[in-house]
Amino acid sequence: MRPSEGIWWLARGLLPVWLLLFTLIPMMMVLVVSVLTRDETRFIDPVVTLENYQRLLDPVYLRVFIDSVTMAGLSTLACLCLAYPFAYLLSRATQAWRPVLLTLVIVPFWTNSLVRIYAIRSLLAAKGALNSVLLAQGWINEPVRLLYTGWAVGLGLIYVLLPFMILPLYSSFEKLDRRLIEAAADLGAGRWAIFRHVILPLTAPGIVAGCLLVFLPALGLFYVTDILGGAHNLMIGALLKDQFLEARDWPFGSAASLIMILLLFVLLGIYRLTQRLAGSGQMDDV
Amino acid sequence: MSRLGVLYLWGVFAFLYLPMAVLLAYSFNESAYGLSWDRLGFEWYWRLLDDPLLIEATLNSVAVAVLSASLATMVGTAGAVGLHLYDFRRAALFRALLMITLMSPEIVMGVSLLVLFLALRVPLGFGSLLLAHLTFCLPFVTVTVLSRLRDFDQRLIDAALDLGASEVQAIVHVVLPLALPAIAAGWLLSFTLSLDDVVVSFFVTGPDFEVLPLRIYSMVRMGVKPEVNALAALLFGVSLGLVVMSQRLLGRRV
Repeated sequence: MRPSEGIWWLARGLLPVWLLLFTLIPMMMVLVVSVLTRDETRFIDPVVTLENYQRLLDPVYLRVFIDSVTMAGLSTLACLCLAYPFAYLLSRATQAWRPVLLTLVIVPFWTNSLVRIYAIRSLLAAKGALNSVLLAQGWINEPVRLLYTGWAVGLGLIYVLLPFMILPLYSSFEKLDRRLIEAAADLGAGRWAIFRHVILPLTAPGIVAGCLLVFLPALGLFYVTDILGGAHNLMIGALLKDQFLEARDWPFGSAASLIMILLLFVLLGIYRLTQRLAGSGQMDDV
Repeated sequence: MSRLGVLYLWGVFAFLYLPMAVLLAYSFNESAYGLSWDRLGFEWYWRLLDDPLLIEATLNSVAVAVLSASLATMVGTAGAVGLHLYDFRRAALFRALLMITLMSPEIVMGVSLLVLFLALRVPLGFGSLLLAHLTFCLPFVTVTVLSRLRDFDQRLIDAALDLGASEVQAIVHVVLPLALPAIAAGWLLSFTLSLDDVVVSFFVTGPDFEVLPLRIYSMVRMGVKPEVNALAALLFGVSLGLVVMSQRLLGRRV
């Protein structure tokens, strides 16, 4: 083997090794830490216990889980309802317009979500843009409290995560073969039947991928509740941040993050399944 | 498209862009807290230069972003070419790994990398941050380059090999030049990702090494100051420029 070939051989092997070492193995380490005991000085004591999982069932933490899953679930549903028709319309736009419109979706996808949350905050603040406009128009007599409510957190999550729902859905709609719809219509299917039996199954991978990319981050974006909500809207993300960086209870924090890791794998499994059913084996470009 | 459809499309775009537009407008309003609009200018932008912590965090961020984007581009491109040319038997596992990294919520990545770094005794700071950023940038480069490789005529590689090129020569002279726009786009996207990341950085950096998004985070938490409007507008502008550039390189494809 010549030296250049040796380097090439090493280079192309680096990526899978890297991903294994920095993605899969750390996740397994979280699993291991979650069944160990907390230690004040060394973070963890190698004593096996299931106590961390029992603590997750404590009403205080259970409340956090139920609240965050409700908040994240409702935001995901809202994103899906907004994005589904949007992605369809986008895929039907003319050749001249489509790239421009697509770039307009991609820009917020890549833009700092902290900055975008901050924009929502300055919009909703007591002396913010929305209150100023409402006051100037005489629709209200004093500023309305919009910030530090569950609605503000929900709006922030939808605002930040909507592009993550639109893009996978768009990619499903783009792949959708229009002739299948025509064929179904020729064979006498009504509009509902076409949607239910043709469009929905073929866009299912986009729906699942979009929900995955919205629901899990919605659980984890700790700064959204920090900036838009009060302390009373504690979410899983904030809980993890507290456990790992402030309370320093790593085993309990790991048990809580393991739930998110399990959710990730379950959703990825469903995604693969819908992809197979939709007859596409290609990996989606996210 | 029906008129209602057009209306809906622009309605959603308005939702996506209006808050940013308002922020941008406020950043030029020199009267404090934007109660009146009689003075417009760059005052808040100039004030940013007086904040040494902010300047330091910016320099730190740019250093991490340049390094992680460059390394991720090299490793990610090599991985993509390898995956494309050989499609070896372990490819299914490889793809699954890419998918997991790509879809992992940031908080899961932050937590698990923190556990890894402490187990391996990696000190938290510049090094750990670089390793973490490299990890979340890699799959984006690979997927971007891979989709470009799938698009071009595979017979070009066969022709190069038939004409006596070694495998490495075929890669250097045929594959890489063809994939160059995607490689450049991958670098730009990685740079943007690294510059914008809050959640992973929050977990894996140490007290001595602060990056720009974390600096902004603590400024925002301390209360709304007009300088933050300028800073947010500036960062939005930089991301916008980088993303538009990367989309042009990719022929405006996703």
